[in-house]
Formats: sequence, C-alpha cells, structure tokens
Amino acid sequence: MAAIFSPRANVIVAVTMLGAVGAVAGLCLWWFAWPRSDYVRHVGWAIQQPVPFSHQHHVAGLGIDCRFCHSSVERSAQASLPPTFTCMTCHSQIWTNAALLAPVRDSLASGRPIVWARVTDVPDYVYFNHSIHVSKGVGCVSCHGDVARMPLTFKAKSLTMQFCVDCHRDPGPNLRPLAHVYDTDWHRDDATPPPAELMRAYHIGGRNLTECSICHR
Amino acid sequence: MRMGAATALGVAALLLVGGCDDMTKQKKQNPYASRATAPGEVPAGTVQYGETATPVPPVTMALLARGQSEYHVFCAPCHAETGDGHGMIVQRGFPAPPPLAAARPQFVYDVVTDGRGVMYGFAQRIAPEDRWAVVAYVHALQRSQRMALADLTAEQRAVP
Repeated sequence: MAAIFSPRANVIVAVTMLGAVGAVAGLCLWWFAWPRSDYVRHVGWAIQQPVPFSHQHHVAGLGIDCRFCHSSVERSAQASLPPTFTCMTCHSQIWTNAALLAPVRDSLASGRPIVWARVTDVPDYVYFNHSIHVSKGVGCVSCHGDVARMPLTFKAKSLTMQFCVDCHRDPGPNLRPLAHVYDTDWHRDDATPPPAELMRAYHIGGRNLTECSICHR
Repeated sequence: MRMGAATALGVAALLLVGGCDDMTKQKKQNPYASRATAPGEVPAGTVQYGETATPVPPVTMALLARGQSEYHVFCAPCHAETGDGHGMIVQRGFPAPPPLAAARPQFVYDVVTDGRGVMYGFAQRIAPEDRWAVVAYVHALQRSQRMALADLTAEQRAVP
C-alpha cells in the first residue's frame, strides 16, 4: 500500500506549524507593543493648530515665562491654555495686521474662544494635577520636553503609565530647586542639592507614590 | 441544569466584554472641548465679575520673594527686570511704559488689576494676594535703586 503522505508532507507540516506559532507570537507582540509605540502615541508629531504658535519664538526668543500664558499651573490641576485676552496683551500692539493672527483677533471680536488642538493628553482615568508637581520641584521639561526649542508644539515624551511610574518610584533625580521649575534650559550641576536632600525639602517620601489612588480615582 | 450553567457562562462572558472599553475617553462634562459645545453667548444669569477687597498682607521676605517671581513672569517682559521700561517686548515694538515711579500701593495694585493705557489688566492671571506681593516687590525695587549708602544702618551694610 502506497504511503498516504509523501516525504514532502514533513516539510509542509513543520513550516505550517512554525508559521502558526510565529503568527501567534507576532500578533501578541504587535498587540502589546503597537499601542506603546511612539507612532501611536504621537510622540514627536507637530499638531496642526488654528494659529501656528511658536514656543521657540515666545519662550527662547523673547524670554516669556511659561506662567505668563499657562497662568493657573501653580494653583490648578490644569496648566490651562491662555484665553485670547492673554494673546492680545501683546498682540493688541504688536503684529496687529498679521494675517497669521487673524483667528486671534476674530476670537477677541466675537467672544468665541480659539479651539486649540490638544498636544499632550492623558486618558480620562488619570487625574494628573499640575499644581502639585510644580510645587514639589518637577520641572515642566520633565514631561513636556524642551518646549522652548519647538517651533511648532509636539508631544516630547510617551506619557505611558510606565513613564509616570518610573518617576513616582524614584522622584529624586527629577526634582529641581523651586527657582528652576520653569527653566527650560536647566541642568543639575554641582551646586544642586542632591536628590535625597530635595526629597526631604519637599516632604516627599511619606506616602507611597505608587498607590493606585494617587493617579486613579 | 446544563442550560442554566451555559447561560450563566454566556452572561459572564458578555459582562467581561464590557470591560473592553478602556475608558480612555469618558463622557465628562467639558463644554470647552469642542467649538460646537463651547458657550458662545453669555449664559442667562451671569453676573459681572468682581472681587472683594483683599486685605493687605504684612511685608515679609517670603512676600517679596513671591513678588519678585510674579514680577519676573508678568511684568518684566515689558517693564524689564529693573523697572526701566525697556523689556524684551518693548524692544520688539510694544509702546514703552514709563519707568516705574513712586506711587501709592493701592494705585499700583489697581494698575496690575485693571491695566492702564495699552497695558492689559492681570486680574485673571495674578491672584489678589500675589498682586500685593508685586506691589511690595516694586516698592523694594525702587528703593533699592535710589538708596544712598548713608541711609543704611550699620547692620544692613554688614550684609554682603
């Protein structure tokens, strides 16, 4: 009686099984890694805005502090986007005929806020609070990157839970003296108090910062 | 009996599927999230924004430090760190403000609050107690620039 399977069948079975295992493994890897990729998280994407606002010009060029526009950052969970009134503090006198700024003038005239596209977002189950971070010495740069070097604003860090938790496990190295929180060009040097000393000064360490309820409600 | 178990299992599986919504986006009230829902007209019943008078805080080093910080953020772009009125925004074309002059504290407070001339008010950006800190710092800034050595006490001169 002739063999049901030819010798080629061995190869076919091996290749098929390997392929199946490979496909499953690949799918799992894709399912796990894809949502964490910088591509999906839009890291480094400059976002289209109603007005092509340049942080590089306003912050690095003119030396305007973050808080001039994001004025609620010290008191509120939100750093807040500035109302049109804030833009017009200067632009009522400077570049008053610039075509680029027409949406700003229209907004002031009509009383309708400019709707900016969100660059940095966390999921709605994350209750991030700006005020506690800036008052405990976490610089803007730690999460937002060097915004002063961005002609168009983009998300600079992945802001995954891993990113948050890495710092919550060991905040010390990311802390800076209060005077430098808004400095976009600050680097730890010999005169900087060591991390442990900053932790003590800010009274960090009494509570476990990786408790779920610190960020999730 | 077997049917009951199968139904229970099916319902449990369906409930589990409910967890597939990762809740990244939740239906929270945020009318400003889109132009369609952002309030365009002033809603009925809105009253004029007003502030109650804030008591003048005692002048302390902490208040002056706060004032220095707020001055740096909100005033220095035009008035410059020295108060001479040649800040970076003025160098780029904003009408130059006069150098900061001696004035009543309440006057300075009111200018910070409501603005004056082409200067916009900062009521919504600088909290009332911080405005008093700015007033105190501006006063200290002026005194520091018009101080004669003879006016200092021996103790003050000893400070490097």
